[in-house]
Amino acid sequence: MIKIKNLHANIEGKEILKGLNLEVNAGEIHAIMGPNGAGKSTLASILAGREEYEVTEGSVEFDRKDLLELSTEDRAREGLFLAFQYPVEIPGVSNVNFLRTALNEIRAYKGEEPISAKDFMAKVREKSAIVELDSKLASRSVNEGFSGGEKKRNEIFQMAMLEPKLAILDETDSGLDIDALRIVASGVNKLKSPENATIVITHYQRLLDYIVPDFVHVLYDGRIVKTGTKELALELEEKGYDWIKNEVDAN
Amino acid sequence: MANYTENELAKDLENQEYKFGFVTDIETDTVPIGLNEDIIRLISSKKNEPEWLLEHRLKAFAIWKTMTEPEWAQVHYKKPDFQAIAYYSAPKQTKKYESWDDVDPEMKATMAKLGISMEEQKRLTGVAVDFVMDSVSVATSFKEKLGELGIIFCSFSDAVHEHPELVKKYMGTVVPTTDNYYAALNSAVFTDGSFCYIPKGIRCPMELSTYFRINAGGTGQFERTLVVADEGAYVSYLEGCTAPQRDENQLHAAVVELIALENAEIKYSTVQNWYPGDKNGLGGIFNFVTKRGICERNAKISWTQVETGSAVTWKYPSCILKGDNSIGEFYSVAVTNNYQQADTGTKMIHLGKNTKSTIISKGISAGKSQNSYRGLVQISKNAQNARNFSQCDSLLMTDECGAHTFPYIECKNPSAIIEHEATTSKIGEDQLFYCKQRGISEEKAISLIVNGYCKEVLNQLPMEFAVEAQKLLAISLEGSVG
Repeated sequence: MIKIKNLHANIEGKEILKGLNLEVNAGEIHAIMGPNGAGKSTLASILAGREEYEVTEGSVEFDRKDLLELSTEDRAREGLFLAFQYPVEIPGVSNVNFLRTALNEIRAYKGEEPISAKDFMAKVREKSAIVELDSKLASRSVNEGFSGGEKKRNEIFQMAMLEPKLAILDETDSGLDIDALRIVASGVNKLKSPENATIVITHYQRLLDYIVPDFVHVLYDGRIVKTGTKELALELEEKGYDWIKNEVDAN
Repeated sequence: MANYTENELAKDLENQEYKFGFVTDIETDTVPIGLNEDIIRLISSKKNEPEWLLEHRLKAFAIWKTMTEPEWAQVHYKKPDFQAIAYYSAPKQTKKYESWDDVDPEMKATMAKLGISMEEQKRLTGVAVDFVMDSVSVATSFKEKLGELGIIFCSFSDAVHEHPELVKKYMGTVVPTTDNYYAALNSAVFTDGSFCYIPKGIRCPMELSTYFRINAGGTGQFERTLVVADEGAYVSYLEGCTAPQRDENQLHAAVVELIALENAEIKYSTVQNWYPGDKNGLGGIFNFVTKRGICERNAKISWTQVETGSAVTWKYPSCILKGDNSIGEFYSVAVTNNYQQADTGTKMIHLGKNTKSTIISKGISAGKSQNSYRGLVQISKNAQNARNFSQCDSLLMTDECGAHTFPYIECKNPSAIIEHEATTSKIGEDQLFYCKQRGISEEKAISLIVNGYCKEVLNQLPMEFAVEAQKLLAISLEGSVG
């Protein structure tokens, strides 16, 4: 699905990623954990195509294509989805209009006809149920006046609507109470299939109680320094990140 | 909003230098350039006008000569040389058209390019169009059907001949000749325009629409529009403007007067895309327009405008809320790009008791343009319980453009409630990135965001106009984020 090799990246001259390697296959869920400032959100931003970051070395292959050569919108159309840590408000643009525009742009990219209004609305009803999103929210302006939890649920709703190959959840658990967390997690689990993959970026082990990862990676100082299974997350929860730091610094 | 597909946008963008920049090759009958009493007499005689109107013109001319061009607006331009303009230009055609088939094919082609083919209009839309091309109204449809209801919708010239009592009674009552420099000039040299009268208690069954168009090079266009809604009447009036591409600046100084008698309602919508000049600021229309309406008891006037064109705009559609319980509304989107300058807003003059006004102004500045909102809310001593709500938002697309807000509030009655909200924001890189991450192209993202921002205003427009306005916004702002 995605192969990241020796990725180096700067922002404003400061190197954030220092040779990151990661491979995710279809059907897998990977969790990326790590202390503040390790480069977790930077990785998400670079994969999605934020222009502030400069990739200086390395390669990213996404579904056999050179991801770094693609524009932000083409990455999305190829099936890369980023659930934002801070979803943006777009006043006056209804959620459904926004999603229908996005969906049709993706379909046009694939040479498909625009979705009919009837099919679209049926899809909205089906997918909004996955994250228990009130159908009223679907007709409201994108994220405007949404609570923190509603914004995050809306991200997963959008993910359900756009059916990406690879979804990156950037700190989706931040700011969620336990009920919202459960809803969001169960939405992600329902969307899991042998054809798609998910990268869960998180600070805390808590989310991984609900979304069970196949692999857990620790990102520290711009590199993946440790990879394990769910048990690694529990160990981190218990011991904090210092022992990893010490281990890395000792090498 | 989803009606407008990407293909349509792409197609429009190919022509986006200025889509309506073509010149129709029709023989025109133009008076010599310059402005003096003889020219005014000549215009009047060419139009076969009655003596009282000539006198009105000459009086206005005398007043105009004593006035000076206003300089208080936040716009900078080389003042027009009023002696270098031809004040009358009519397609050379002596007789009026008997039927649509008699209309010059070239002219029909022009209308087709404007996307207002009369056949289509007649058949599909039920919109009665009074098409004004360079001052003379060439075709009026639906006249008969409207006539059955007693509705008069015709060119201003026809109204002068056929309904002189109405023209005499109402012309200049809302915008007096002395009102301002351009209104005085218009009163002296206006060539044609539209006249509309809705009789007592009649609800006009269709939207009335006029398309204005400046065609011959170097002629100013001085339109005069008069809309009268008699007691309890209702009318929705649409005005659309396009002008072909010209290098020298052309002057457009129109006067629009609306009169809403007791319990009447007038909704006046404008989509204006006069030629804005090229990307270096060369050429373009000077649009100096006086628009004002008066409301008697329980009457309502609503102005909606989407302005994307003109090099320089100076325009303040206003309401005089004379009668008790009358309502004035102003919904505006003004877009400026490249070197365009706009100073636009409204005046809400509260005279009657329990009068209400709403002002929603959305300015969008791109390129190196300057966009100003200027508005006056005036509550007179006797306007007990007057209420005003104003919201003035500015959206900046680049670092080089400017947005300015000049709200004036004069309140002489302590019972009034006046609210004013204003915001200025820059189009968000974050919003654009969010849209793109969902697969939406930058152009479409801008269109979505801008249309969302203008939604409150666009919602006021009749359906077809709203679609056209959305396209215009997208075209006007193509590639403008920086």
